[in-house]
Amino acid sequence: MTDEVVVFGSLRNRLAMILTGGAALLAILLFVVVRGYAAQIAQEGQDNILSASVSSILDSAVLRDGAVQLDFPYASLSMLSTPADDRVFYAIYEDSTLLSGYDGLETPPLVPNGERMFTSAQYDNATVRVATASRTLIGADRPRRVSVSVAQTQDALAETLNRISRNVAGFGVGFFALATALAFWGTSTTIGQLSRLTTSVTRRGPQDLSPFLKPVPSEMVPLVGSLNTLMARLEQSLKQSEEFIAEAAHRVRTPLATVRSYAEATLQRVQKQENRDALRSMMRAIDESSRAAGQLLDHAMVTFRAENLEREDIDLDGLLRELVQRMSPVAEMRDVALHLESAGPAIIHGDAVLLQNAFRNLIDNALKYAPIETTITIRIQTTPRISVDVIDQGRGFVPDEMDKLAGRFVRGGDTGDHIGSGLGLTIAQDVAHAHDGTMILSNRSEGGACVTLLF
Amino acid sequence: MKYLLVEDNLELANAICSRMGLDGHQVDHAAKISDAVDFARMGEYDLILLDIMLPDGDGRSFLEQHRAGKNDTPVIVLTARSQVSDRISMLDLGADDYVTKPFDHAELQARCRAVLRRRTGTAQPTTRVGDVEFDPVGGHLNVKGSTINLRNRELRLLELLMNARGQVFSKQKLVDRLFSYDDDVSENAIEVYVGRLRKHLEGSSVQIRTLRGLGYRLDHDG
Repeated sequence: MTDEVVVFGSLRNRLAMILTGGAALLAILLFVVVRGYAAQIAQEGQDNILSASVSSILDSAVLRDGAVQLDFPYASLSMLSTPADDRVFYAIYEDSTLLSGYDGLETPPLVPNGERMFTSAQYDNATVRVATASRTLIGADRPRRVSVSVAQTQDALAETLNRISRNVAGFGVGFFALATALAFWGTSTTIGQLSRLTTSVTRRGPQDLSPFLKPVPSEMVPLVGSLNTLMARLEQSLKQSEEFIAEAAHRVRTPLATVRSYAEATLQRVQKQENRDALRSMMRAIDESSRAAGQLLDHAMVTFRAENLEREDIDLDGLLRELVQRMSPVAEMRDVALHLESAGPAIIHGDAVLLQNAFRNLIDNALKYAPIETTITIRIQTTPRISVDVIDQGRGFVPDEMDKLAGRFVRGGDTGDHIGSGLGLTIAQDVAHAHDGTMILSNRSEGGACVTLLF
Repeated sequence: MKYLLVEDNLELANAICSRMGLDGHQVDHAAKISDAVDFARMGEYDLILLDIMLPDGDGRSFLEQHRAGKNDTPVIVLTARSQVSDRISMLDLGADDYVTKPFDHAELQARCRAVLRRRTGTAQPTTRVGDVEFDPVGGHLNVKGSTINLRNRELRLLELLMNARGQVFSKQKLVDRLFSYDDDVSENAIEVYVGRLRKHLEGSSVQIRTLRGLGYRLDHDG
């Protein structure tokens, strides 16, 4: 009954993808931002020291006797020492003439007085940070412009940055892992609500069309609402068709019953053989049609229920005892005895309505073919497997036909005048199969037919 | 026996009434639930035959009212449905048995008899003829202090003859009443049952006489 549902993606996967993707993006962003910020702060630190160094050198510049003199303290350069033994370079210019320091240290040509300029440059095969400042000394003849540049390699800075990067990367990975775990947990609990709804709908018996009333999250209310509406409509339409079938059966069978009762009453009165024969044919036709209708309905019901078994633990002993009691008036009419042979409870997990239907059809069959004043034995055995034999003392099956009799609308060649639709054994076999059992037909050596349902 | 028949189809009701009359039963007929409730309250019935679909409601509601009123008259439901689960629900509601329409009259009678027999609490009416006491519900025959259990057809044959003492029944009539129309029996089968009954009645004041060319008649001396 389950039609193939076209699967398009998975909500769980999609949600998990979005959430973990988002987490990864956030982790990378975090890494980039924190690292950038750290680099900026570290750079500012280096720049401040460089700036202080430049200032202390520049402050020592004096103009004496028309010449620029610098006598800067040792600390001006030693303040730049780092654990990574970064190299320090400096250059002092008067206007564009190198007074002292390293030639070729790239310096900006013009820095306004009192300002600091920071640049990164290559010197001696290393990246250096250069701080430059200048000052104008007013001499007697002309103003002199003194520029001081101090440069430092960035090994210590790079090391600090690397350490921070490693830490931030570790932190980012941890954040990602945590976010992913949370994403999966969140997805599972959300999807879990859906699964729980699915389970509780699936677990219902085929007859249970009551609305779903357990509390659900607000987002699922529309879904559950539609589900409940659908079930209500289904129940309504099932009820309508059930009522229609009942009403239709009533309308058809009541007049049939009338005709049959009149025919029976008339048969008691008429004497003429041809009239009696006509009445008999009439009653036979009525019985045939009503029996066929009944068995067709039974068969339809068995076919339907076989696909949706309502299983419960059933005691075959109790079920058959009740059935035998129910059928014994009909048996008595023919002076046939129904004898139940059972050693106690025989529990099977099955559908009571179906099982009852199957056994009723078997006993019905036996009753039809059992000669007057004989016994039909219904025997329940529990070892090695649970089985039920329905044994009559009639003519038995025609051996050549035995493997065909369970087919639909197949009737034995020796049925004579007996009324039948050829569905009784089919129903019993279908029920046996629905319970993973088999039906076996056999003839007894002492005469009579035996139908066994083996579960 | 006194029956109450609750059935809205007049034709069927007439047919059942006339057929039951043939067996010597008295039948009151109600076409609606409201009438049926009144009838059941007023009259003493041995058994109620109840159709399930009635113009003023479901026969099941009658069953409920009937049982709620502590009325323990047995009820046999006449149903057009054949679904097992539906039948079970009717039995749950307190019906004693059911027959599916269209029904064999003999089956209806057999079910009535079985239901009445199960109600062992009430004293069963017996028929007494001479020194023979006959309990048609229990299927016993009491001849001079000894009880004989009768087979179904013996019982029905004796019931027929006893209810119409002095009347002559042809073999054909007896075959019609005792056998289903599709039972493959000859009229001679009747002789077997008459023979058995004669054996049971041996030494009593009741006899089954053969009237050559006409049939059988139950007589009793004195």
